[in-house]
Amino acid sequence: MNSQSVMKGMIGFYIAIFFLYLFGPLAVMSVTAFNTPNYPTAYPFEGFTLDWFVKLWNHRAMMEGLWNSIIIGLGVVAVSVPVGLAAAIIMSQIYHRARGLFYLVTVSPVLTPGVIIGISTVIFWKDMMGMTDFTKATFYKGIILAILGQSSFVAAYSLLIIMARLQRFDRAQEEAALDLGASHPQVFWHILLPFLKPALISAAVIAFLSSFENYNTTTFAILADKTLVTVLAGEVRQGTTPTLSALAVIIIGLSLAGAIIYEVMKRREEANAERAKERAKLAERSDLGEAGAAGLK
Amino acid sequence: MSSRLLVFLIPVIVIAIFWVMAKMERGVAHDPTHKGFFERNGTVLGVTFIVLVAFWTLFLVTLPYLYMVVESFHPKLPPMQRGGPDDVLTLEQYKSFFVTPTDGTWNTNHMSAFVFSLIASVLVTAFNFAFSYPLAYYMAQAGTAQKVRLIMLGLIVPYWVNEILRAFSLRLLLASKGLINQALMGIGITSEPIDFLSIDVGLYVGLSYAYLLVMVFPLYNAIESLDKNQIEAARDLGAPWWKIHRDVVIPYAKPGIASGCTMVFMLAAGSLAAPQFLGGPSTLWFTSIVYDFFFQAFNWPRGAAYAFILLAACIAFVMMMLRLFRVSLGETIK
Repeated sequence: MNSQSVMKGMIGFYIAIFFLYLFGPLAVMSVTAFNTPNYPTAYPFEGFTLDWFVKLWNHRAMMEGLWNSIIIGLGVVAVSVPVGLAAAIIMSQIYHRARGLFYLVTVSPVLTPGVIIGISTVIFWKDMMGMTDFTKATFYKGIILAILGQSSFVAAYSLLIIMARLQRFDRAQEEAALDLGASHPQVFWHILLPFLKPALISAAVIAFLSSFENYNTTTFAILADKTLVTVLAGEVRQGTTPTLSALAVIIIGLSLAGAIIYEVMKRREEANAERAKERAKLAERSDLGEAGAAGLK
Repeated sequence: MSSRLLVFLIPVIVIAIFWVMAKMERGVAHDPTHKGFFERNGTVLGVTFIVLVAFWTLFLVTLPYLYMVVESFHPKLPPMQRGGPDDVLTLEQYKSFFVTPTDGTWNTNHMSAFVFSLIASVLVTAFNFAFSYPLAYYMAQAGTAQKVRLIMLGLIVPYWVNEILRAFSLRLLLASKGLINQALMGIGITSEPIDFLSIDVGLYVGLSYAYLLVMVFPLYNAIESLDKNQIEAARDLGAPWWKIHRDVVIPYAKPGIASGCTMVFMLAAGSLAAPQFLGGPSTLWFTSIVYDFFFQAFNWPRGAAYAFILLAACIAFVMMMLRLFRVSLGETIK
């Protein structure tokens, strides 16, 4: 018994160290956002200030970058979710000998270093779009190249997420609908898509977040434009100011809020499910009671 | 221009080969219940699927990669001369990795940066595995459902903060005026601040910190599906805890371990943020060299050649390790 409590203590200690490693640096950075010195310091705490948040709000390049990041993120969602969906469907139907190669080609961008994806995107599209003056002027832009480059691996994330759910799809539903006279597009829109909806939503969220955070591919593909992350990289390279800490505080705050909302919703859902189970049990018992009473008659 | 045109022919040939194979097979074994692709999806949707997937696999994946490889076999030329008589196939970019083009001596700078990047990535991968394994095991086998969900959220939340800001936060901690040095000097362990960044501590910590999550999740997924009874059985038969892990859990979770290690290694070897912001001033990281070829020397072919060397070496290394531990590639990317 004693050795078990020692073990428990050790596990607790280890988990505490693990999360200290994850959260410690972020916590220290958050403190620096509210401290007055020009150089971000947590200790000594010289005075409380919100100036760095005001400076962040007035930082033109960062706001411009944020706006571009949102546009690119939405573009990546618009490209990679439909592509991932189409690829998942093709994966389930493709000629069996070609499946291995298809899988390799579609999943390879996940393992390829982002730097290489960025470089190849720029080299390839510079020549493709540079063929005529018109295409060069309209399409050879950082935002478009960033969407193309990021989509190449984000679509693979979508594929993996959607495929996992598609594998649980019961083909009999499709057959039933077809037998009842539904057309193929009707089956797709009214049966397959509603079934895949949770996977499509999580694919879209993951796509937006990974686009928003991406540095390695974007720093090449963005050309002369900027995203929030490339602006940040420039700032960190030049030196450190608490303005960056202020931005981190906002992001951490938003993530924590999202996580808490998720947890509360999950708990409520569980409580509801529990209550429904109780009710079902009660109903079952009363059914049995009636049946018993009926048996006595 | 002709060598670049070749790039477009390769996918066409590969697709044609598979198409012919499919046709021939259907001719040999005819299955009356088999439905064609367009029959199953309807023509409009079928065409849409194919167009979307073709655009992705050809224009976003295969063609850019192949194009980059072809570019790396070309000399660096001003834009006007591209496609002209001087634009010939050459190995000079690859040669420049071994021999410095200007003075003909061994290019030890770049070669040692290359070796250093790979070794550092291996070390980071090993550390992350050792550090994440107990947590993944705890989440998969020992924790209650609610605890696991909390841990999961705790793991994900820090990763919504982007890579740059996380590197920045570590820099604040490890800087010579940072909190760790203040603490060390406060306790009296050192009297002078330790420059963690220039002795590469920052680099290692940064890489490990950046990709910790990438290790935890595959491990968790793999261990989670292991039947608890197997561990119980081993324990009842008197196996000590380390033997249970060595003989039951690790062999079972091997595909997940391989997948986590592969991902962390590839990401670390190709990382840019941690070496740029946490590496010491004299530390040469291979992707940073590639970055400089693009943004400072404007030598795209040489940058492409270096990028290809990195990719080929990483793939070769991963394949070798997978073979050594007897895991198939298919299991790894599931």
